[in-house]
Amino acid sequence: MTAALEADGVEVWLGRRAKSRILDGVGLTARSGEIVGLIGETGSGKTTLARAIVGLAPLHAGTVRVDGTPVSGLRGAELRRFRRTGRVQYVFQDPLRSLDPDVTVLDSVAEGPAIRGDGRAADRRARAVAALEQVGLDPALGDRLPGRLSGGQRQRVTIARALAVDPRVLLLDEPVSALDAANRNHVLRVLDRLRREREVAIVMISHDLGSLAGIADRIVVLYRGRVVEEGPAARVLLEPEDPYTQRLIASVPSIDGPRPTYARSTR
Amino acid sequence: MTSPLLASDPAAAASAAAPLLRVDDLHLTAGARELVHGVSFGLAPGEAIGLVGESGSGKTLTCRAILGVPPPGVTVSGGTIRLAGEDVAAYTRRQWDRVRGPRIAAVFQDPASYLNPSLTVGRQLTEVLRVKNGLHRRVARARAVELLASMGLHRPEHVHDQYPYELSGGMLQRVLIAIAVSGDPDLLVADEATTALDVTVQAEVLDLIATLRAERQLSLLLVSHDLAVVAQLCDRVVVLRHGRVVESGPTRQVLDEPADPYTRALVADHREYGLDRLATR
Repeated sequence: MTAALEADGVEVWLGRRAKSRILDGVGLTARSGEIVGLIGETGSGKTTLARAIVGLAPLHAGTVRVDGTPVSGLRGAELRRFRRTGRVQYVFQDPLRSLDPDVTVLDSVAEGPAIRGDGRAADRRARAVAALEQVGLDPALGDRLPGRLSGGQRQRVTIARALAVDPRVLLLDEPVSALDAANRNHVLRVLDRLRREREVAIVMISHDLGSLAGIADRIVVLYRGRVVEEGPAARVLLEPEDPYTQRLIASVPSIDGPRPTYARSTR
Repeated sequence: MTSPLLASDPAAAASAAAPLLRVDDLHLTAGARELVHGVSFGLAPGEAIGLVGESGSGKTLTCRAILGVPPPGVTVSGGTIRLAGEDVAAYTRRQWDRVRGPRIAAVFQDPASYLNPSLTVGRQLTEVLRVKNGLHRRVARARAVELLASMGLHRPEHVHDQYPYELSGGMLQRVLIAIAVSGDPDLLVADEATTALDVTVQAEVLDLIATLRAERQLSLLLVSHDLAVVAQLCDRVVVLRHGRVVESGPTRQVLDEPADPYTRALVADHREYGLDRLATR
């Protein structure tokens, strides 16, 4: 079976210099209904990889396939046509900056279907309402502007926007890191349901390893533009093989008390 | 300057001495709407307190009132905030200038927005040292480099001459902490100071704060939505909900045996996902 998303040998260079490769031969696949966690420090290339997949960063080499169809070579009208299908959706890191402050929540969610030219305005509104309900938001919030929502609500609106076009692949950049636990749990449950009920392939960039431990099937670890480790989530998180992954996991704070280094330096 | 009491038994002195910070029945109002309804807590010298609660609980508002910089339109409509025994409500701008630095300092979530993008970070740190500490230009530069080094920044002379855009988020937060502690404050307020950082960098910055606490007898008021971050550093936890304190007590007691239903829900929400669950799944 072909994966919903298949990126292979992806190279992204900074300018024209082969020496400054942001991504150096990175592969990433996500099957329908699978959640893949993408982890790594700032500058490791996580966001660039997501941007390359959706065509926002130019590939120097490699391919990206969606349901087996190459999309990385698309240009001009072909690219626009593909984007309009909405098959790959990208939820950006900062919901406040990715929502138009002057557009109401409902119009914002209905924008994707409108660009695609789906049905009539009333149908599109109905679809937007359904998308809001799917992420657990009261459709009554639809009349509000993004500035009048909480951080957790805004994050869910950005996900609803992506869902309104019925994507096959959903890429999310740090969707829960800034949320408190209750909002985080809500977003994670929404993602889990999407993968089960609608078989969306989900790639979630996160430095919140605890969240990934809860919902990811597989974890891919990027370090300086290369995949240094990947495997089933439980294996990577419980028995990390790569030294960088080990350091990452040792850094996760626990509610049960200070990590050893804190204890040493605290009175 | 050390009192005999402090020297003999720091623990007894901490409870006996006037608290460094005393918030009493604090009410904050925006227009006709009250947002914080009578919050009270105290912070002893050297102590670290975690202020937790969901977004909208009033933890950041309370913090900003303590710092004397409430958001526009928000006013203290009741209660008192005492810093080292002095009621800050009556503080003039000049009095605030005198306590900010040597008495109280703060770091926030987004370090880049607190720095001028067109000046080197060293120049900004040096300026604080010259204005606040009255250091001569050359002395201030040497002190700035020294401070940057003690924040765990490698090649501090080089960092001194860099612009904010040249530094990573973790490095910028270290620079902001250097600026915050440059006046040798008694109390550091850290509002979601590690939220935007990578998990490894977060661990390093939390380690740095722990070290500073130990070395400088710094008291800490830590605001975080992440109970695990609070568990790393704080002696006591104050739980806020809808502008009220629902529970407070020693960190282990509040997190292990929460008495209030809301605190129990917060802890349960936190524990619903996490690395610890993997081992038992």
